[in-house]
Amino acid sequence: MQDFTRREILKTGAAATLGATVASPALLAAARAWAAESQWQPESGAKLRVLRWKRFVQSEHEAFMASVDAFTKATGVAVRVDSEGFEDLRPKAAVAANIGSGPDIIWGIHADAHLYPNAMLDVSDVCDHLGGKYGGWYPIAEHYGKREGKWINVPITISGNLINYRKSMVQKAGFETFPDNTDDFLKLMQNLNKQGTPGGFALGNASGDGNCWTHWILWSHGGKVVDENDNVVINSPETVAGLEYVGELGKTFIPGAASWLDGHNNKAFLQGACSVSNNGISIYAAAVREGMTEIAEDMDHAFYPVGPVGEPTEFHVAFPLMVYNHTNYPNAAKALTAWLMEKEQYDAFLQGSVGYLSHPLRAYKDHPVWTEDPKRLVFRDVAERSRSFAHAGSLGYAASSVFADFVVVNMIAEVATGAKTPKEAATDAQKRAERYYNV
Amino acid sequence: MAAIGETRPVDQVNFLARLNNNRNLLGLLFMLPAAAILLLFLTYPLGLGIWLGLTDVKVGRPGRFIGLENYAWLFEDHIFWLSVFNTFVYTTAASVIKFALGLWLALLLNRHIPFKAFIRAIVLLPFIVPTVLSALAFWWIYDSQDSVISWILIEAGLLDETIDFLGQPNNARASVIAANIWRGIPFVAITLLAGLQTIPASLYEAATIDGAGEWQRFRHITFPLLTPIIAVVMTFSVLFTFTDFQLIWVMTRGGPINATHLMATLSYQRAIIGGALGEGAAIATAMIPFLLAAILFSYFGLQRRKWQQGGRDD
Repeated sequence: MQDFTRREILKTGAAATLGATVASPALLAAARAWAAESQWQPESGAKLRVLRWKRFVQSEHEAFMASVDAFTKATGVAVRVDSEGFEDLRPKAAVAANIGSGPDIIWGIHADAHLYPNAMLDVSDVCDHLGGKYGGWYPIAEHYGKREGKWINVPITISGNLINYRKSMVQKAGFETFPDNTDDFLKLMQNLNKQGTPGGFALGNASGDGNCWTHWILWSHGGKVVDENDNVVINSPETVAGLEYVGELGKTFIPGAASWLDGHNNKAFLQGACSVSNNGISIYAAAVREGMTEIAEDMDHAFYPVGPVGEPTEFHVAFPLMVYNHTNYPNAAKALTAWLMEKEQYDAFLQGSVGYLSHPLRAYKDHPVWTEDPKRLVFRDVAERSRSFAHAGSLGYAASSVFADFVVVNMIAEVATGAKTPKEAATDAQKRAERYYNV
Repeated sequence: MAAIGETRPVDQVNFLARLNNNRNLLGLLFMLPAAAILLLFLTYPLGLGIWLGLTDVKVGRPGRFIGLENYAWLFEDHIFWLSVFNTFVYTTAASVIKFALGLWLALLLNRHIPFKAFIRAIVLLPFIVPTVLSALAFWWIYDSQDSVISWILIEAGLLDETIDFLGQPNNARASVIAANIWRGIPFVAITLLAGLQTIPASLYEAATIDGAGEWQRFRHITFPLLTPIIAVVMTFSVLFTFTDFQLIWVMTRGGPINATHLMATLSYQRAIIGGALGEGAAIATAMIPFLLAAILFSYFGLQRRKWQQGGRDD
């Protein structure tokens, strides 16, 4: 999500104008062969407008643009691609749905298609084709992609957010490998704090890092915002148990974590001030790119420790390709979405993403991007391990609003900073969540 | 027929001439473009905002009229009340300090100092820099690990650990207020300086001859003659501060745990990010009474001519 530094933005912005975004001859040949056989033959004179979430990895953007360029040359469909930061993109996507005009395809974020399912084109044929060809979708992709039995968006990728840690500091604190359960994790954090190399997790209104780790900790102890029938059940003994854990955990954090937004932990980690945090692969990518070999070599990634529930309870951010049913060229739009997910393009996309973005289709698990650098390996499995933010209920307005209003983040932060007792914080979160769910 | 043919042009001329002479009508005509712009770009959005606050409209989904339900909800929402509290603390503290420091700065600048014009121009800098830029600068100044303030204090041996500027609720409030003050002082200072320059020097001379000291001259000449300007400046200052958004959004996003959420930032979070346009509009609408009170205070203050000229009200 927002795990990028300003320097990165400047770099990608400057490089974007120079980037190689034209299809290679090989890619073009593949596109022609694919287009001839494709089950979606574009309407004559078709034109498409695509609005995408603004890249933060230059090589990913180049791979994407090259795929689009090959598609245009092979099919004759002109494609205009605009990009936008996702906080501006979400209202635009909603307005396009409301007024029935605008971009034909939007690469959005989270489960926004579920806020206006009636504006979405049924893309079941595309998803069934892709699922059949590439080993099937992970359950999380189906959860985000489908509504009432049909696919309303094409899940394009999932952005992993995992534990980032300094190997030497963790070892000094008495752990050879990163703890895989929450009890040991707490001990580790306490030891790290005692030895003067504390870790920290964002407690501010950080929409990426904040949401990811707080949902993990809530779920790891069996707490959840809603049950299967969307009844608000956050004020539960399980939540309180999780919050009691958070109360202890919060004491070990580096000073200032209460104010952290998405970018702070990247900075603190790269400076060597923070030993453990949660993040995408961007800290590591930045360390490698900027030649900070000491940190790049000493850091690694790990899955979130498993809590008392005994299974992974991770949250990673999903991105959908939303095809609007107001498009005049539904076949062209379907062809483009299918094309982007086909092996040649998607391989290049994953390669260009260097671990930031992961695959929702099982067949891409074998992609070399995950194994050529062992520190990327854990990010391979994020789709397999991720739950949706609506867990255990259904996607829609209430779930999105509770998420956007930082109900879980605030609850955890209140206890971690000692501002409220676990019981008070849970009662309060229950009230806040009920406001959105009981409409 | 011929007679009618002759009179008609005369009538027209008369009509145009009368039109030309009718100051009321002309005045109305001249005001029309401005009124149209006001209606289109101010009244309509304001009305729409108030209307949205009475509906359950979401981003991308039309709503229906639900009366005061949004307000009833907000009334029970402690985060809303926290934001109201924060907004008042923020506005009061920032406005009072901005006024005190601004007035002081204006008095200093009103003296004869070398490079007067240059210094006066420099003073305006914080006001000229785009808010987002200055907010980013403060974001770094208040950084939990790399704050320049903490660094200096630690290097000087006065502190052992970094100050958690934005991590503790009260620290965070004080920090964002300080940033707002830094940004707002130039406006107050320069406007008050303009007011100071309109005060005739002869009054001070007369007072000096009568044996008035510095404080007496300030208390009985400067301050009374400055009150009308003060009323205007403080009204604007309060309005700007009350509706502040950018500083908070860049530095804290309303955190930690909503301790710096102002009504404006909460409204944005709920309406645009959370998609609950109706509720966000209701929060924004709830700001109107307070803003109106500030305007009315200044309006009636300005209407009292005696008070304006330093006399007492009857």
